[in-house]
Amino acid sequence: MAVDLEDVRKLCELMVHANKEDHFHALGIEVTDIARHKVGMKLDYNENLVGDPETGVVHGGAITALLDTCCGFTASTALEHLGLTPTIDLRIDYMGPAEPHKPIYAVAEVYRSTRHVIFTRGVAHQGNPERPIAQAVGNFVSMDGGAFDNFREFVLEAYDQMVGRKA
Amino acid sequence: MSHITELAQQARESANPNLLMEGIPYAKLLGMLMEPDGTFHLPPKRTNIGNPTLPALHGGALGGFMEMCGITHVMMAMEVIKVPKVVDFSIDYVRAGLFQDTYAKCEIVRFGRKLVNISVVAWQDDAAKPIARARAQLLID
Repeated sequence: MAVDLEDVRKLCELMVHANKEDHFHALGIEVTDIARHKVGMKLDYNENLVGDPETGVVHGGAITALLDTCCGFTASTALEHLGLTPTIDLRIDYMGPAEPHKPIYAVAEVYRSTRHVIFTRGVAHQGNPERPIAQAVGNFVSMDGGAFDNFREFVLEAYDQMVGRKA
Repeated sequence: MSHITELAQQARESANPNLLMEGIPYAKLLGMLMEPDGTFHLPPKRTNIGNPTLPALHGGALGGFMEMCGITHVMMAMEVIKVPKVVDFSIDYVRAGLFQDTYAKCEIVRFGRKLVNISVVAWQDDAAKPIARARAQLLID
């Protein structure tokens, strides 16, 4: 059995939107697509993320955070049960600066999943995935089933509360 | 001379490295500081939280902090200050990054004419128990 993708979507929405003052909000990350072994995200241009005020170019650290999140969410679609996947390690190659005032998109995929480790890779681009501005490879922990007992119930309830609060 | 290199120059001359941090929006967002002895400091700040239940730092915020540490450390070590470009960056997470004071130190492995290799280690309570280790290759032209 593989984890229900609708449950993963709710978990991702919860993580990105539930806590108004956390790092997801500071960055302004949006989840755009969730499929088995593949997740898409978007980071809108934001003056607070600039690394060089003269050029307006977004700091590489923000792209690192975007790709870490995108690879991590993708890893969670490869689990058996709804859960979190701590990052083991991550490598980012920067091919060029992000063009200012344009959103940055991230797409990540699970290319192999084993009993204990989920192997992912992803790219960040600004409209053409064939011309990435950064590429990432990240490995994530696949925790044992027992590690997330009652986690699904907790997530679904918190999600319903969050959606109810918005409505 | 660009705005950033000017700030870096002032930061170095006045022995107040935080002049540079104040001029970089992303460094201000993280809230990172630099101690006069070259240690970097990331005080606990709500906007760096990734997991509210623990609560724990966002892995990306820690990664971004360590990347910025590496860049700043290299700028401060340059004869003529320039903004280096990160070619690649990798990070190993070895312990949970909790919501508390985080510190980092950098070490230049090689300062070449074109490329600088740097290693960064981050810890919280105990410098002997790192929470993450990172390395980067930076390009200077």
